[in-house]
Amino acid sequence: MTAAFEPIVGRYLHLDLFGRPHRIYLEQAGEGTALLCLHTAGADGRQYRALMNDERITRNHRVIAFDMPWHGKSSPPRGWHNEEYQLTSAQYTSMILDIMTALELDRPILIGCSIGGRIALHLALEHPERFRGIIGLQAGAHVDPYYDLNFLHRPDVHGGEIAAAIVSGLVGPDAPDQERWETLWHYMQGGPGVFKGDLYFYKLDGDIRGRVAQIDTRRCPLFLLSGEYDYSCTPEETLAVAGSIPGSEVTIMKGLGHFPMSENPQEFLKYLLPVLEKIRG
Amino acid sequence: MIETLAERVNADEMLVRRGRFLTTTFLLEVGPTAWLIAIFEGRIVSVTAGPFVMPSSSFALRASAEEWAKFWSPRPPPGSNDLMALIKRRALKAEGNLQIFMANLRYFKEALAKLRGAGAAA
Repeated sequence: MTAAFEPIVGRYLHLDLFGRPHRIYLEQAGEGTALLCLHTAGADGRQYRALMNDERITRNHRVIAFDMPWHGKSSPPRGWHNEEYQLTSAQYTSMILDIMTALELDRPILIGCSIGGRIALHLALEHPERFRGIIGLQAGAHVDPYYDLNFLHRPDVHGGEIAAAIVSGLVGPDAPDQERWETLWHYMQGGPGVFKGDLYFYKLDGDIRGRVAQIDTRRCPLFLLSGEYDYSCTPEETLAVAGSIPGSEVTIMKGLGHFPMSENPQEFLKYLLPVLEKIRG
Repeated sequence: MIETLAERVNADEMLVRRGRFLTTTFLLEVGPTAWLIAIFEGRIVSVTAGPFVMPSSSFALRASAEEWAKFWSPRPPPGSNDLMALIKRRALKAEGNLQIFMANLRYFKEALAKLRGAGAAA
């Protein structure tokens, strides 16, 4: 029998977010420039497991991924059982900045996927000075709802089964089975209504179409990487965002879908490593 | 090709097992051609070709023959690789009691994908 630890270390961080005490789980690996990772809606920081296990990344970067409140091993705040979870742009922004402050991160590189890619655009616009570089994965300015979101949270539809079934086709066709189903398992494990609450930001509150062209990449470099098979944030939508932001760099990743870092890490790293190299200068 | 759906689905023991709480009849429209597909506890018991005078079903899935042909190709292009991708592009209409469809979404996605690479388009 062989047994081996991964280099990833997980810890719980207590801090106030939105004026309330929170218990936040985060994982870290590596040393060097901080690389702060934001997971997709309805999932958690495990999506970045491959980055934290890849020596090409960790020899120069301290990779950090936190589970948002309500997600993964982070708790919802006290009183959650009588609340409806709905993520807003303001909460998402302050959560990221407050966690950076708590961890004393000085101008980290930010990488965010899907909702994380959307908030990356918000941060590129509103707080560029806080980041060394911003990498938006599957980042679009807006997505119209294309199914009835109520199906994600009602007693006659299993929440975990529907969340995974909704997103299963967003995984690219070349994803190795193990990574594909690990990615979907995270969705199956989400709490009731959490995926839906994240999509409030993604499909309603976080619309940045009217302002995205104001992003100034001279203040913080912006890189956009999108998978060819993503029909939630399509390549066309990412290309439109890139086209409206002078100085942004965009790449469409062949064969990949909506969860590049989790569904097919080895293919994704071929695109990510040169971007990190550029940011290092 | 649609006629082979029953044997293709029923041959997949785990797919049938995942559908064990699913008993319904749904309407599948491939362009002008309609099919009624009856499922009993996850097993497809009949696939009946139209035209129908008064088809009775819990819900209907309707797309053009071209869209289904792309969906059923061995490696569907982006935008045609999943039922939700077709719905997002408004190429597939899902109508009726969609609770049954959504509560068993993985089943319906995997069952219809069984026709992928089956040869001739519908």
